[in-house]
Amino acid sequence: MRKVYSKIESIAGNVITVTAEDVRYGHLAMVTSSHGKSLAEVIRLNGSQVSLQVFAGGRGVSTGDEVVFLGSPMQVSFSDNLLGRIFDGSGNPRDKGPGLEENLIEIRGPSVNPAMRIIPRNMIRTGIPMIDVFNTLVESQKLPIFSVSGEPYNELLARVAMQAEVDMIILGGMGLKYDDYLSFREVLEEGGAMSRTIFFVHTASDPVVECLLVPDVALAVAERFALNGKKVLVLLTDMTNFSDSLKEIAITMEQVPSNRGYPGDLYSQLASRYEKAVDFEGAGSITILGVTTMPGDDVTHPVPDNTGYITEGQYYLRNGRIEPFGSLSRLKQLVNSDTREDHRAIMDGMVTLYANYKESLEKKSMGFRMSDWDQKLLRYGEMFESSMMDLSVNIPLEQALDRGWEILAECFEPAETGLRTELINRFWPKGRTAAANEESA
Amino acid sequence: MSQSRGTVIGVNGNMVSVEVEGEVALNEVGYIDTESGEERRRLKSEVIRVRGSRAEVQVFEMTTGIGVGDHVEFTGELLAVELGPGLLAKVYDGLQNPLPELAAQCGFFLDRGVYIEALDRETKWRFTPKASIGDRVERADTLGVVPEGIFEHRIMVPFNRYGTYTVKEIASEGEYVVTDRIAVLEDSSGEQIPVTMMFEWPVKRPIECYAERLKPADPMVTKVRIIDTFFPVALGGTYCIPGPFGAGKTVLQQITSRNADVDIVIVAACGERAGEVVETLREFPELIDPRTGRTLMERTVIICNTSSMPVAAREASVYTAVTIAEYYRQMGLNVLLLADSTSRWAQAMREMSGRLEEIPGEEAFPAYLESVIAAFYERAGVVNLRDGGRGSVTIGGTVSPAGGNFEEPVTQATLKVVGAFHGLSRERSDARRYPSIHPLESWSKYAGSIDRGMVEYAREVLHHGNEVGQMMKVVGEEGTSLDDYVWYLKSEFTDSVYLQQNAFDPVDAAVSVERQKYTFEILFDLLTTRLNFGQKEEARAWFAQLRQRFLDLNGTEWQSDAFKELVADIKKAVDSMRAGVEDNAVSIVGEMR
Repeated sequence: MRKVYSKIESIAGNVITVTAEDVRYGHLAMVTSSHGKSLAEVIRLNGSQVSLQVFAGGRGVSTGDEVVFLGSPMQVSFSDNLLGRIFDGSGNPRDKGPGLEENLIEIRGPSVNPAMRIIPRNMIRTGIPMIDVFNTLVESQKLPIFSVSGEPYNELLARVAMQAEVDMIILGGMGLKYDDYLSFREVLEEGGAMSRTIFFVHTASDPVVECLLVPDVALAVAERFALNGKKVLVLLTDMTNFSDSLKEIAITMEQVPSNRGYPGDLYSQLASRYEKAVDFEGAGSITILGVTTMPGDDVTHPVPDNTGYITEGQYYLRNGRIEPFGSLSRLKQLVNSDTREDHRAIMDGMVTLYANYKESLEKKSMGFRMSDWDQKLLRYGEMFESSMMDLSVNIPLEQALDRGWEILAECFEPAETGLRTELINRFWPKGRTAAANEESA
Repeated sequence: MSQSRGTVIGVNGNMVSVEVEGEVALNEVGYIDTESGEERRRLKSEVIRVRGSRAEVQVFEMTTGIGVGDHVEFTGELLAVELGPGLLAKVYDGLQNPLPELAAQCGFFLDRGVYIEALDRETKWRFTPKASIGDRVERADTLGVVPEGIFEHRIMVPFNRYGTYTVKEIASEGEYVVTDRIAVLEDSSGEQIPVTMMFEWPVKRPIECYAERLKPADPMVTKVRIIDTFFPVALGGTYCIPGPFGAGKTVLQQITSRNADVDIVIVAACGERAGEVVETLREFPELIDPRTGRTLMERTVIICNTSSMPVAAREASVYTAVTIAEYYRQMGLNVLLLADSTSRWAQAMREMSGRLEEIPGEEAFPAYLESVIAAFYERAGVVNLRDGGRGSVTIGGTVSPAGGNFEEPVTQATLKVVGAFHGLSRERSDARRYPSIHPLESWSKYAGSIDRGMVEYAREVLHHGNEVGQMMKVVGEEGTSLDDYVWYLKSEFTDSVYLQQNAFDPVDAAVSVERQKYTFEILFDLLTTRLNFGQKEEARAWFAQLRQRFLDLNGTEWQSDAFKELVADIKKAVDSMRAGVEDNAVSIVGEMR
């Protein structure tokens, strides 16, 4: 019989304090109040004073409510039954399915021994040319999408979830607008991808503590699936909300803030989640694609800044498109040499020309005279944006490379592209030069 | 020191409060005996504050499961590393646990409370005595040697044996393991002290068993042009590489760890991505060091405490690394310590300071941040050993400033104590100008291999060219004089053929000093020559052509036929445009002749 404590001594924000014996750090308790039951986690021990973080929040908790310690840290059920299901941050079902309690695993497990890691080697195809061609996603990579509120980053994630060549998807939603949650569900249900997906969703109106649990729960489950040989893609949106929850709780706990109110351990907190991305030799892998919204489109804000130091590159999503400048997949060099011989050349060549287009555009806006070359670039830039960068384009890598050649052939003479002659001989669309195009037009 | 015991009375993150019975020392190591699930674990921790009978300890592991009333055993020892033969080619965590051995025991994950001996107890080493019975010895004097890879590893009198001793016994030549007794020393009071091939040394105390410390004078060659020519580093010196994310700090460190002209490289991956360590870890055993013909791994020690590993051990990792560096310096070797990144180490201090509820300084870093950083970099140095040999420890640390802003406390505290500053710029890395060391903002106080006056002149050209470039953005090419335009072209030329270097090109990746001197003279000649152009278009075309040839030259084997041909070509091209010496170069060119 577990001992029931019925005297809560202080309640501040989401943190309550009770006097209790034989309690262990990080273990859970059940708080029963007139509004229902909630889990709580031990976050500080000071003699017999135990501070607990109540997952459902401190609102409505009374000093006379009951607290029972459960004697174990936070756990989540793990089995194939999770597939197709939707849970909240504490692991309770959010759909109408039954609660799962078998085969519990601990969250926030130890990190992977660096000596057991391997150099990443497999590409993950997404069908999005701006990713596949220009900044390839690599198995076991961790990449954020840097964006601002209002951009279609959740739509992008949903598309990746639908199209990515992986065994399963785990979606961790933090501070998600209810509408966004519903549209995620809708897209995946309609696309028939629900059966290989697990949702852990915290919506904007849910208690803030549960927001912190979402990545841990999602990644703990992902880790087990990966150890069982599954290629798992974890989508986390939005890590800025996660960081803001950290901030909120740190301030309630009266911690000294370091930068714009965020706790000093923000880097370590983010890193311990992102570093869960791994390729287990002889088993599966975890790849993490996150969303980080940049408040005020400021990349030096503590959240994107710390994220950038942790992740292996980033995608910038601006004006509904993945920007080729600034976006970087640091691991792409490891995989894009074995796709098709023209992959790297197209990747570099097209971006260089696009940079030239941007310069011409600037010159044009400043009222300088446009040369023939500028005109060509302007035409190229528009085509590149509409048939490559547009998020609705969904074609496999090879087709995207072919399309790249077509765009080049449409706009330029072979020598103007700066591509190697040998590649041009092989891949340049036959009988196509810009001059010939004009004639036929 | 006695071995005290204690009881846990509070837990806050990775800081645990302990009620101690008996004596306790600051930085003493204790083990917290706790249960985790079904198992019992002993978690390593270090005392960081003592108040009366209450001690605060930082735990080098996750603290989940620790409860009030858990027992703590103090060891009476400070946090220390094992020193002896067998450190080279090892991969350790911040507390000197060998990671591959840990993996063999625990599998994929780093289980809590598992500690493995740093030095292999079974490996036999071929010992040759150097001291004889009756010799008077002091700490750090050589008793014998064992071969460790390509080095002669000295077996020394343990550094913690203060005073003078007489050698009573010394092992004969033969095979021994590190724990075998290889000598017996007698102190002045007649006590007999057995000595093995290994001993422990507390990481936070510098090793100072040398005759004198010297001013760093000889350059440490990195084979990176912009560093060796423009911002050189000295053996025994210190330098820092601050830069925003994505600017190439880690790549620069990796290149340096490969090519640096030193005996031993210690890589301290401190709070950074595990993936980057993996590259070093998997590639070094395959890469051959041209100087020795052996793999790079044989001259490397990796200390790796990546970002998701416990924070307290991150702080320890840089000290573990520098202590091992100092140990090898005692053998008359040149050691390079690369710490990536010191900001993460500073953040670890900040976290702990916050838990201790200390009054915060700027950006919540503790007030002692500067003195701690200074003390760390001061452990670098070139020293004369007592036996007349000379060894050095060079420290290069990266800094990851928040928001890429160099005004923040860690960068500023570091700049105060280092001898060279290689500031990386986002602007240059975005333009793919690698290595992205900023040529105008960086500096070095050390002397390089190339004449200072010539280098200064080249920097002036860069400076002037940059000014013209800025102006041109406003007034356009039309509004710029031909003279200014040529300066601009010269500076851009210098940037692309000399400052930039292709790390993926087999030849260009590592450039010897000899070659740097040679190509820099060609470049210097071009910079100081007044060129005879009619108009801008002509100048631009000429420079574009010359640039192509110079880039080809950079990718051509040193002193091959193709190399000589290209050099002749380039010289001919310059001569064809030569119209005297630039006004501002008359004096320096005169000096040269």
